[in-house]
Amino acid sequence: MNRLQATLHDSFVEAERHLRVIPRNIELLIFATIQPIMFLALFAYVFGGSISIPGFDNYDQFLMPGIFSQSLVFGSAFTSIGLAEDLSKGLVDRLRSLPMSRSAVIIGRTVSDLVRNLLTFGVMLVASFLLGFRFGGSVTDAVLATGLLVLFSYALSWVQALIGLAVSSVEAANSAGFIWMFPLTFVSSAFVDPSTMPGWLEAVANANPFTVVTNAARSLYNGLPVGNDAWLSLAWSVGLIAVFSMIATRKFARSTSS
Amino acid sequence: MTERYAVQMQGVVKRFGDTLALDGVDLAVPAGAVYGLLGPNGAGKTTSVKVLTTLIRPDAGTATIDGIDVEKNPDDVRRRIGLTGQYAAVDERLTARENLVYIGRLFHLGTAEARLRAGELLDRFDLADSADRVVKGFSGGMRRRLDIAMSLIANPSVLFLDEPTTGLDPRSRLGMWDVIEDLAADGTTVLLTTQYLEEADRLAEQIVVIDQGRVIAEGTPDELKSRTGGALLQVSIARAENRELAMSVLTPLCTGRVEVRDDRTFEAPITAGDRVVPSVIRALDDAGVDVLDVVVRRPSLDDVFLALTGHVASAEEATS
Ligand SMILES: Nc1ncnc2c1ncn2[C@@H]1O[C@H](COP(=O)(O)OP(=O)(O)O)[C@@H](O)[C@H]1O
Ligand SMILES: [Mg+2]
Repeated sequence: MNRLQATLHDSFVEAERHLRVIPRNIELLIFATIQPIMFLALFAYVFGGSISIPGFDNYDQFLMPGIFSQSLVFGSAFTSIGLAEDLSKGLVDRLRSLPMSRSAVIIGRTVSDLVRNLLTFGVMLVASFLLGFRFGGSVTDAVLATGLLVLFSYALSWVQALIGLAVSSVEAANSAGFIWMFPLTFVSSAFVDPSTMPGWLEAVANANPFTVVTNAARSLYNGLPVGNDAWLSLAWSVGLIAVFSMIATRKFARSTSS
Repeated sequence: MTERYAVQMQGVVKRFGDTLALDGVDLAVPAGAVYGLLGPNGAGKTTSVKVLTTLIRPDAGTATIDGIDVEKNPDDVRRRIGLTGQYAAVDERLTARENLVYIGRLFHLGTAEARLRAGELLDRFDLADSADRVVKGFSGGMRRRLDIAMSLIANPSVLFLDEPTTGLDPRSRLGMWDVIEDLAADGTTVLLTTQYLEEADRLAEQIVVIDQGRVIAEGTPDELKSRTGGALLQVSIARAENRELAMSVLTPLCTGRVEVRDDRTFEAPITAGDRVVPSVIRALDDAGVDVLDVVVRRPSLDDVFLALTGHVASAEEATS
């Protein structure tokens, strides 16, 4: 086995470890399904009537892609919690004492979290259709939109991996992994048009990569012209993966329980 | 070149900020031997194990496994070692069997071979009945056994056990001792760390005493015990009011200070092998002190530790 084969093999073994236990945690499964449906329904019914967005005759068509985007991003927090748990339980020590690929533990973790996120996303998509959401463009557009969202969520999983390895406990990972997601997803175009925000906040919201990704996906889901947003969001995701996979892998190679 | 050691540390130094965790540790374990690294909490046991198992890099000095440098060739080292860390490193969400197969596959044993090894180890560590139960419900002793089984999946030549019985109830501890004795009988080189003096005495053929990052003594359990210079005499008398009298009778017969244990019990060092006991009993009798009990005991490793360091190494008082 050469190095690349070994990395793929070990990553697969790691991903399988996490995937095989998904059906065992029924509570988590129920929670992961109910939460996005609840978000969809709450936003749609609470704000649905009062907010109107230029260019959209129906707030739901604007809002739901934003909620998809937010849910997927929130899902990346599983990565920091999971890695912090492996680290604090001493499992990372064991894995680091094996002659295995260094990056496999994080690749396996992020990939399995991606699969879990896709499951949640599927549930959410069905729920959104029941609430009246429709694709405005082609199915290919919708698939592309989903791909951009999922890729961005995957990129943030690598950021979360670094957080999970940097904090000292699962509890800390829980806060450190979630806290920045709120400004990230709310100071954005996910729920309102940034031009309604105070000037400085609008500037922040427009520069936010989450806005770029959400706008790209929203345009594609609605069959509107996507402009540069698709490429920009692809660039953000690939850039984040490139940088954080390097830092997180290096961090992993020095991590040990305390 | 001299004998090739299975485990060797030479002048290993490790600093964490202001803490000097290892202050020039030397250690040499011949192949097939069981060594005990004994020391109180914070002595540097875990840090030593982490250096030897490639988890942390030393600031100075060298560490080798089967002659292979842990810093230069960590992957070659990793192929030869098994690590059972201070906390049972198992995935609680998986079953015992799945945990074993999982680690076996990371060693690239192939799924079939990994399953076979897992089955053998489950039998050997008395886990066959619980093999397909999720580990979350396991007792501390079962987790520990699984933990050790996981570190044996690829037949390592050197096994590291960091405080394998800390936190176990007395019965599980005895079970764990049997497990470790079996391993030793198989010829695996074992370096185990412990805060329990009794444990090192029972399991290790050679004990290395470590305190504040330095090796302060090394020897067989018997050699270490004889360092306190003989045996301890323990005398209990019937009436507390005879205490002063008994002390004055005992003092000239003993080699050191007579310690008062409680109102009616004294302890004093004597030269082992001398016929001190009959003279003690006779002298006390002549002085009119009623003797309840006379016991001669060889010093425990606790006494050794006290003699070596001037402070007590008590696992009970060392928490965290
Ligand atoms: N990661 C770390 N950061 C800071 N100090 C540490 C770290 N690991 C260990 N130490 C310190 O190094 C010393 C030795 O610790 P350790 O090897 O864990 O002792 P033992 O295992 O014998 O109880 C202790 O004073 C401990 O507090
Ligand atoms: Mg320790």
